[in-house]
Amino acid sequence: MASVATTVTTRRRRRTKLQRRQTRVAWLLLVPSLAVVALVALYPLGKTVFQSFTNQEFLALEPTKWVGLQNYTTLIHDTFFRTAIWTTVKFTLITVAFEFALGLAIALVVNSSFKGRGVMRAVMLVPWAIPTVVAAQMWKWMLDDTFGVINDLFVRIHLVSHSHAWIAEPSTALASVCAVDIWKTTPFVALLLLAGLQVIPQDLYEAAEVDGANALQQFWRITFPLLKPAILVTLIFRTLDALRVFDVFYVFFGNRPDTQTMAIYAQSTIVGDGHVGYGAAISVAIFLIIAIFVVIYMTVNRVTEE
Amino acid sequence: MTAAAEAVRPVARPASLSRRMRKSPLGRLIMRIPFYLLVAVIFVYALFPFYWVVRSSFTPEVNLFQTPIQYIPAHPTLANYRGALSANFFTHALLNSAIVAGSVTLLSLAIGSSAAFALGRFKFHGRSFVLYLVLSMTIFPQIAILGALYTTITKFNLYDTLGALIFSYLIFTLPFTIWVLTSFMRTLPGDLEEAAYVDGATPLQVFWKVLLPLIAPGLVTTGLLAFISAWNEYLYALSFTQSPNHYTVPLAITSFVSPTGSAFAVPWGQIMAATVIVTLPLLVLVLVFQKRIIAGLTAGAVKG
Amino acid sequence: MQSMKRRPLLVATALVAALALVVGLSVAAAGTSHATKAAATMPAPKVPNGAAIRAKYGGQSITFIGDSVGGSHARDVALAKEFRKDTGIKVNIVPHSPASDQSYAQLARIFSSHSSSMDVAMVDVTWPGVFAPYLVNLKPALGAQSKIHAAGIVANDTVNGKLVAMPWFGDFGMLYYRTDLLQKYGYSAPPTTWTELFAMAKKIQDGEQQSNPNFSGFVFQGNAYEGLTCDALEWIASSGGGSFIDNGKVTINNPKAAAILDLFRSQIGVTTPRGVTTYQEGEAQTAFTNGDAAFERNWPYAYSLNEAAGSPVAGKFAVAPLPHGPGGHSVATVGGWQLAVSKFSKHPGAAIEWVRYLTSAAVEKFDTITNSNVPTIPALVKDPAVRKAAPYLNPATAAVPRATRPSSILGQHYNEGSKDIYQGISQILNGASASSVLPTIQSELQALLK
Repeated sequence: MASVATTVTTRRRRRTKLQRRQTRVAWLLLVPSLAVVALVALYPLGKTVFQSFTNQEFLALEPTKWVGLQNYTTLIHDTFFRTAIWTTVKFTLITVAFEFALGLAIALVVNSSFKGRGVMRAVMLVPWAIPTVVAAQMWKWMLDDTFGVINDLFVRIHLVSHSHAWIAEPSTALASVCAVDIWKTTPFVALLLLAGLQVIPQDLYEAAEVDGANALQQFWRITFPLLKPAILVTLIFRTLDALRVFDVFYVFFGNRPDTQTMAIYAQSTIVGDGHVGYGAAISVAIFLIIAIFVVIYMTVNRVTEE
Repeated sequence: MTAAAEAVRPVARPASLSRRMRKSPLGRLIMRIPFYLLVAVIFVYALFPFYWVVRSSFTPEVNLFQTPIQYIPAHPTLANYRGALSANFFTHALLNSAIVAGSVTLLSLAIGSSAAFALGRFKFHGRSFVLYLVLSMTIFPQIAILGALYTTITKFNLYDTLGALIFSYLIFTLPFTIWVLTSFMRTLPGDLEEAAYVDGATPLQVFWKVLLPLIAPGLVTTGLLAFISAWNEYLYALSFTQSPNHYTVPLAITSFVSPTGSAFAVPWGQIMAATVIVTLPLLVLVLVFQKRIIAGLTAGAVKG
Repeated sequence: MQSMKRRPLLVATALVAALALVVGLSVAAAGTSHATKAAATMPAPKVPNGAAIRAKYGGQSITFIGDSVGGSHARDVALAKEFRKDTGIKVNIVPHSPASDQSYAQLARIFSSHSSSMDVAMVDVTWPGVFAPYLVNLKPALGAQSKIHAAGIVANDTVNGKLVAMPWFGDFGMLYYRTDLLQKYGYSAPPTTWTELFAMAKKIQDGEQQSNPNFSGFVFQGNAYEGLTCDALEWIASSGGGSFIDNGKVTINNPKAAAILDLFRSQIGVTTPRGVTTYQEGEAQTAFTNGDAAFERNWPYAYSLNEAAGSPVAGKFAVAPLPHGPGGHSVATVGGWQLAVSKFSKHPGAAIEWVRYLTSAAVEKFDTITNSNVPTIPALVKDPAVRKAAPYLNPATAAVPRATRPSSILGQHYNEGSKDIYQGISQILNGASASSVLPTIQSELQALLK
């Protein structure tokens, strides 16, 4: 009896020793990542927060002064910033929804076996592979109302009666920039979802086929649940990227006040106007707004895990 | 047949329409039509702008936007390609981008997969905290980090070097690499790993020989996305590079000057030619790696 | 299994073939040398007083942040080579960033960190006011030479009595118009007032749209960016509405300015494309060069593009001063680049000599002929070689008074002030009435002047 008891305790002691060694190994493996995070996230965040309490200007001749919460009180009354937040959130909701639906459809198509699927895989990546700075300009010229090819094509196939100024008209401006972003970024979503689909074992489908389940049932019962982790990761990264959108909006609209995104507003304040302190307050506000989305995501994640 | 056996014999269900269609060859063909239609739509949607890029690259500069629009160039020319390739800062930029993107990808995969190993296969306090800490790198608009990054880079004497770019690009490649690979690691069953430990393998061996092959599609995907992100990045390249022989591809493309010398005249034809030159190798790369990994994966699944 | 082994081989061959194609094309391209006209047609001018300069500064090394890569950079290199040969001063040329706001940010960083990494820099015409506190006063050394340059630009480069930059090459707005269409619709001369321009544009547009539905009467720079400030300055200043800020006071909110802005607002989508509110220089120029517009406002660079072989409007267009409003006279907004010497330079003497060389008449002539840039020295307009290289420099356009943007008075707040202006004007063009927007612009600019 006594020997069994000692064996049990030794096993427990060995398990906790193993646990501690495992934890050490885990933290060791994380050191490089944490170093990058510290340099890249913690230092700039700290610096930005500090700057937001000052009146620092890019080219100021007077020394920088501490102004406490003044930048933040100005920010609350800043209608430009409020418009920018609203524009960005609208853009995010529209593009993430469309990109997810389209990306999932493309991933499912590419994942199924048919001739030419290798070519398909390369083709679907094309929009993502073109540099954004070139793609945005190209789309702007393609959507032009005088010499743009999209208008020419649509008029030819009688989709529209005459050329439209898609980017200039306020009613179609946001739609045009969303369409371009969806075209550009769906491959990102599709590729991540495809990777998730590829690890689902084929025999699950074969068993379901034998049981007589049709394609839709297979999707809901097998694919969707097993794809959930990939879906959640894809959604959070797409959302965060969409909330920080800059390039496409800047190329299309410049500094047009009604179509500024949060990132454009921050950039024009810091670099254009030279208000480093106020710009830092804007950056902190952007950080907090995006953090709200992360919290929403965390809650959804926790709920679906149970 | 005994009564018991008869009881468990599967009852013949009435064949549904979809089942009947699936059984007949003609039915199978008809059911595939919407599928191939979807494939066609995806092709056109993804490719039409790229077709436009290719068409523009072979069109002389004066005819580029001429109305009525020429869908197929009336006087195709190689002048744009000659122009793009004769700008030696462009050909040099191809090399620079390859170095930067390649290094960033390798670094992200190395750092990311080891972090994913820790976060996905080990149980310890602070796991979720680290994951969200990593995510926090993506919560900043690029401009907010720009100033602080610039200070860090000049402090380490990295200004106007490729090293500055390699370091900065980790900011956006590392978070999704870690997250995607962690989620892959978490979905793996534990038995192979346990068997390896029982056999006396060290964590490193388990990582290298057992886990990495199993998450291969994740590695390929995040590697590809990281490579393309680093290849196409513009703002940091613009801010941290000064000499033309350190330009990366997006910087070089936007530096093309029209023969008139003016900054206002944008040499579209050359830019389109450069875009084709830059995108084709990426596509070839994708074709290579995707095919190889699928072959490897199905082999693994059969082994079970 | 065998097919798997063959596939990587196939792909490898494809990659090698692609690489070979790229290498082959670049070798072929190397044959057709993209050499600039600089080396081919004209040698760089000699430096006057080279020996004297060598005695004082020979052997020193300065850094010049110059024009972007391409033909312009090659010109800088050719000039630096000649300069070194004649004076022994070595000039390191760093091409500035392809994006203009980035070159601004680069200079701002250098100045705010008091770095000596740069001695001479190319600055845009609106930056002397911004960077004035960090620039060397060039009046003692180059005051005499500045007298040969256009007075308006020199005034723009003088901040608080200090000449902080020297004009290098200029730019000014002008009206491009279709001579064949004017003839076809019975007009003998280009319009002299804005109302006349819009009337002519409407008649020509109605006629041309029968055969070309993409045709518009008038295109200009209407996007919400710095270019809109340039265009709007021309409309307002030529209508007696002032130049945003005059004599230290904000003057934008006045009835004449409101009238001309409302006129433009009424024409958007009527005689201009609806999309003109997204147009920058490139789109306006493309529309006109394609033959899709009767009138265009743009900088001189568009001239050679319109004249190029194969251009649909080659031989069918001409340039004229921009129209003016009732009771006003034509103006042209000044653009272009200047040269400035950093206060933190360790070799200001050598730097000033480099600036003296570049802004001399001989080098400006060299630049115009080889790089199609606009000289800032009015006397050069009479030179036949210059007239040949810059055909738009006819006496009419060359004599138009230049309007300058309020960069000197706004100083480091210029970017913000310009943004207030062009964002407001963009709102007007997109439908808001001028009387509702101008008071806001007025108060915003007022706040910046404090």
